Amino acid sequence: MRSKVVGVVLVGVGGQGILLAARIAAHAAMLSGFDVKTNEVHGMAQRGGSVMAQISYGMAVHSPLVPKGTARALGALEQVEALRHYDYLAPDGLAVVSSHAILPVTVSAGTARYPEKAEEKLRMVFPRLAYLDAAGLAASLGNVRAANMVLLGALSRGLSLPEEAWLESLHSCGREGDRDLNWAAFQLGRSIKL
Amino acid sequence: MANIVDHGLGSPMKRLISGNEAIARGAYEAGVTVATGYPGTPSTEILESLAGYEDVYCQWSPNEKVAFEVAAGASCAGARSIVTMKHVGLNVAADPLMTLSYIGVEGGFVACVADDPGMHSSQNEQDSRNYARFAKVPLFEPADSQEAKDFTIMALEISEKYKTPVILRSTTRVSHSCSLVELGERINPSREIGLEKNPPRFVPIPVWGRPMRIRLEERLCQLTREAETSAANRVEWRDRTLGIVTSSISYHYAREVWPAASTLKLGFSYPFPDALLQKFASRVENVLVVEELDSILEEHIKSLGIACQGREHIPGIGELSVDRLLASRAKIEKRETPPETRPDLWHDLPPRPPVLCPGCPHRGVFFALGRHDVVVTGDIGCYSLGAFKPLDRMDIILCMGAGVSMAQGLEKAGERRRIVGVVGDSTFFHSGITGLLDIVYNKGRSTIIVLDNRTTAMTGHQDHPGTGRTLMGEATKEISIEAIGRACGIERIRTVDPYNLQDTSRAIAEEIEADEPSLIISQSSCPLREKRRLGEPLRISAERCQACKRCLALACPAIECPDEMPSINQVLCSGCGLCEQLCPFEAVVRNQ
Repeated sequence: MRSKVVGVVLVGVGGQGILLAARIAAHAAMLSGFDVKTNEVHGMAQRGGSVMAQISYGMAVHSPLVPKGTARALGALEQVEALRHYDYLAPDGLAVVSSHAILPVTVSAGTARYPEKAEEKLRMVFPRLAYLDAAGLAASLGNVRAANMVLLGALSRGLSLPEEAWLESLHSCGREGDRDLNWAAFQLGRSIKL
Repeated sequence: MANIVDHGLGSPMKRLISGNEAIARGAYEAGVTVATGYPGTPSTEILESLAGYEDVYCQWSPNEKVAFEVAAGASCAGARSIVTMKHVGLNVAADPLMTLSYIGVEGGFVACVADDPGMHSSQNEQDSRNYARFAKVPLFEPADSQEAKDFTIMALEISEKYKTPVILRSTTRVSHSCSLVELGERINPSREIGLEKNPPRFVPIPVWGRPMRIRLEERLCQLTREAETSAANRVEWRDRTLGIVTSSISYHYAREVWPAASTLKLGFSYPFPDALLQKFASRVENVLVVEELDSILEEHIKSLGIACQGREHIPGIGELSVDRLLASRAKIEKRETPPETRPDLWHDLPPRPPVLCPGCPHRGVFFALGRHDVVVTGDIGCYSLGAFKPLDRMDIILCMGAGVSMAQGLEKAGERRRIVGVVGDSTFFHSGITGLLDIVYNKGRSTIIVLDNRTTAMTGHQDHPGTGRTLMGEATKEISIEAIGRACGIERIRTVDPYNLQDTSRAIAEEIEADEPSLIISQSSCPLREKRRLGEPLRISAERCQACKRCLALACPAIECPDEMPSINQVLCSGCGLCEQLCPFEAVVRNQ
């Protein structure tokens, strides 16, 4: 199913820049000549909840939601969110997960536990996994907030959109002052050996 | 950068926009000059987006009934108008809707309603298509952003041609998904503005209302012909074994799950295009109706004597999806769904629910309320989150404004505990004032707390009559909640600082004992909106902390205690000081 439509799912916690990353990916697909649909869940993100953005692109896209088990790529800026949404990824899909932990209130209040050995669990459910310290890599470029762009760059290796589409998209989305940093962070992520 | 696109998908006039932005664009292109609404997810962005265009007057009204009436007035005067709301907002606006179809409209009038199947951010899920049939008005249902724009324009044209209000009904997945839209130019309105002096046309007192009723039925017949030939309704012939009748986002899901089936996609779905339904059904072997929530299409199709399947296989609770419909298809075809082989990880994953932000003023009020044995009737907004443990301080929520009125009901029934009603500032202006009048006029004694954070927060920080600013950004009168309380006849009114736990608690203690109604106004701006800290971040002194964990009762996301010793996250802490006030060991200290 969905053999002609590529699904990409991005997850994280509010404030991590998931929605901007999704917009850039959607724009790159659009510039590459595809029909594109995206979906975002709003509102709760600012109040500590999870964020999920979905992108579908192909010659003709119907559902704006990616069916479970069909995503070609899953990008996660937070570990628990990667685990929580693992079933969106196709069996041969690429997971790119940042080794970042943001404690949910249920954990910080002591009513739930943050999983230990998160990396182990991730490797168990994602046969193709790139586990990277996106925040650390972004920090090496001067701004930890560009972690979303590092992640997107790594994720782009699992999609076959042309580099020019990514370049043009990164240079037309987001705040003007951030664009050079975003492109640098994206390229850094894209250059990582998966 | 050279244009790398062949077939124009990236061309300047095509944009990737949300359903809501597309509805706004449609209204703009169709020459709408007046737009009103009340914030409500998933509809809020329609008006916010429209307010960014030139030549469209946009306003937030105190509630959807008023918004609807304002737009109706504008339309009767000749201006193309829209009103926007979520599904429960249409309930509030139902009274003017029902009679507007009698007196009719002049300039096109479209009520844009966004349903929320699955209750992503609502207290119920309801199928607003029912209102079209109930009010006897046309209904349009876009399935994606291009249709959201095109159908808004079509709806305004139909509205004007037949002088009828029209409902444009969206859902969360249409409103908040983005898809490609080709933009067009605005047609500038050319109608003369002015209410025609013609009481038999506009005044539905019975002698004039009864002929309106008859004309309404005649109009429905004409609209049926219109729907039967509308470009918004489309038959797609493929394999004739199965014909699917569907509308809205369900169409797209059905296309993925049954790619070979023929489909009748309804976009102008009321009045029912009977001739089209009959023709389609007669040319396929089996008819399956795929619709969310209520079985409106299915029941109507059966009433025409057409055999079809639907709700027995397609779930009516919650939203549909490709995944759910795949299961439906397997059931219909009597295939076993393969057993779940994926590991169940979710059992061990910590939930990440939405919570009150660090520094939220509501936290202080709820915590103070926690010290008293009271029943709390609550309302809709960010503060609804006070219902969750550990704050656990909201016992019942019904709908907008009921936080005030239910308090009166509990009291008159004989509730023995003291009763406190909690309502936000925007909700107060929406429908709390009439409840307050009831308490005073009907001799109640409840204590009502208005949580005044100077904004309509949960929906994205919109202005309201208490903020002193309009949607268009102009300064205006700032209406005083205290003055309204006095005008309602309440004599015991006090304002508290929600960051002062002791004062707030004392105010509550005194007011709940009073033998007359009280109004407590908790006043402090939403820190998320202001994007400001309330003070320097606090920290917990390891020497003084005894790990009693009393601070965790505040449910503040900045206080972290995954193990034994709590600590304060320096990035998240807003410096509000509530934890400092409640620590019995003075272990919470300000950074030097």
